[in-house]
Amino acid sequence: MPKKVENVGCPYCGVCCDDLVVTVSDDGKQILEVENACAIGNQIFHHATGSERIRLPRLRQPDGTYKDISYEEAVDYAAKVLYNAKKPLIYGFGSTNCEGMAAAAKVAEKAGAVLDNCASICHGSSFLAIFDNGYPSCTLGETKNRADVIVYWGANPAHAHPRHMSRYSIFPRGFFTGKGHMSRKIIVIDPRHTDTAQVADIYLQVKQGHDYELFDAFRAVVRGHEIPDVVAGIKREQIVEVANILKKARFGTIFYGMGLCHSDGRNHNVDIAISLTRDLNDYTKWTIMAMRGHYNITGPGAVWSWQYGYPYCLDLTKKDIAHMNPGETSSIDLAMRDEVDAFINIGTDAGAHFPIDAVKHLRKHPWITIDPNINMASEISDLHIPVGIVGVEVPGIVYRMDNVPIQYRKVIDPPEGVISDEELFERIYRRLSELEADEAVKEHAKAAPEGVRAGE
Amino acid sequence: MANRITLNMITQRSIEEGVAMEKGKTTPEYFEACSIIEMHDDDVKALGLVPNQLVRVTSECGNVVVKTVKGRQSLYPGLAFIPQGVWANQVVPPRTQATGEPQYSGFPVTVEPVNGEKRKSALELVQGAVGMWRGDQ
Repeated sequence: MPKKVENVGCPYCGVCCDDLVVTVSDDGKQILEVENACAIGNQIFHHATGSERIRLPRLRQPDGTYKDISYEEAVDYAAKVLYNAKKPLIYGFGSTNCEGMAAAAKVAEKAGAVLDNCASICHGSSFLAIFDNGYPSCTLGETKNRADVIVYWGANPAHAHPRHMSRYSIFPRGFFTGKGHMSRKIIVIDPRHTDTAQVADIYLQVKQGHDYELFDAFRAVVRGHEIPDVVAGIKREQIVEVANILKKARFGTIFYGMGLCHSDGRNHNVDIAISLTRDLNDYTKWTIMAMRGHYNITGPGAVWSWQYGYPYCLDLTKKDIAHMNPGETSSIDLAMRDEVDAFINIGTDAGAHFPIDAVKHLRKHPWITIDPNINMASEISDLHIPVGIVGVEVPGIVYRMDNVPIQYRKVIDPPEGVISDEELFERIYRRLSELEADEAVKEHAKAAPEGVRAGE
Repeated sequence: MANRITLNMITQRSIEEGVAMEKGKTTPEYFEACSIIEMHDDDVKALGLVPNQLVRVTSECGNVVVKTVKGRQSLYPGLAFIPQGVWANQVVPPRTQATGEPQYSGFPVTVEPVNGEKRKSALELVQGAVGMWRGDQ
């Protein structure tokens, strides 16, 4: 009899939908049906039991092909790469649990590595702005229950967070928002008339790369100042109309995305978005939230901040002294300056998602990919180590985009023999410790004076 | 009719890319979802392109051949869009304004029609860039 598993968390985007119902076959090995998930989440669950899964680590051979090896050999290889590198980079963590992130951080500290996560190329700018200007945010539940004005700025949840609008922002009926969509005003600001813009009450087609000016204009109007006839491609009348809606809201949330973080200005765009939110709080209650991409990409920020005091771009090359300075210790900048001499790609695909110039630089050195699936990074690696899929085959804690931790469960077992990220990093840590101990014995022997030793 | 035009390029997620990515980056679905470019009709007309015609997109750091499609999400004239992924990243500049984040949105590219060329697969582009491409295996 197939079994239905309820309240399953989805390992795709930062919305972390935890209302999925997954039907598993009698033998517990096949996923038969996934209810409530979006098209992308659905694909993740069904892909898990596909025939193309890798079941053993694969080591690159001199002829360019891969050869299956044991986990023990893979752990030994990875530990030796880390041990021999002067400044290895461990990057990714878009798709793993907090337990795996903590274990990886132990390895990074032991190896004297740089530890970075996908925020580095995603919401890293948000961190910089938040450090400077604070984060007047809320939970998604507060938005659902209270917000009557929603702004999506440089974000396209219809494509990147498919259930965000239906679960939390536009459509749901909350405690104080019983009429759902009918009682909310939706404002979308984006250079593209996106599918999200289709459901907006007001759409502003901002000129690409000119978001800062438009924020500035909103701040000026909110504070009662004059603005030019047109700002960032938007007419003054429209800016004034929207500014008045923002001021008259009972509760509002600005959800912003990569349109701010990837464009000219980067953290400054987020900085002024936070300032506008703060200004609006002179009149009513406004909040702001980063549309974090992966289901647990908020996780490394929480875990590593607790461990080391910094959320990303962590330089642990001095081992017990953590240092963070994006631009210097960020993955892309390190790659482009050729400052790292080994690369571990974990739970992401730098091969596909880094600019190709950065990939070329990183590939000059040993490259190890840790990922359940074949991807571009795995296909240019020296070693590919498969692991279980978190949220499908491995349970664990994840942080939703609003920093709410959620315990994810597993619905099936991983393929026989395949281990979790956490176990893999724990084993690499133990092997690194052994290598270090061996070296200490050799160093001790070298340092010992020639001649008769005490006790002989 | 211009031989080539300069546009402002942005690259972000599309749901088609998201679904195909989870299915696998070596699948035909990923190829069709990501090896495309969307432009405003005025720019398509300026280049004299017919639907599905291939174009070469060149930035300060590389070039890539992609297919012109009419997207559901419209752009204003002068703006172009390639979904995030392998093809877009052949032309994304790695400069970060000292934040760690590459210039994924808002960089100049030239777009020109190409004849007699094919779009390369994701594997050919990535493995080819690092000297590991061994032809269609």
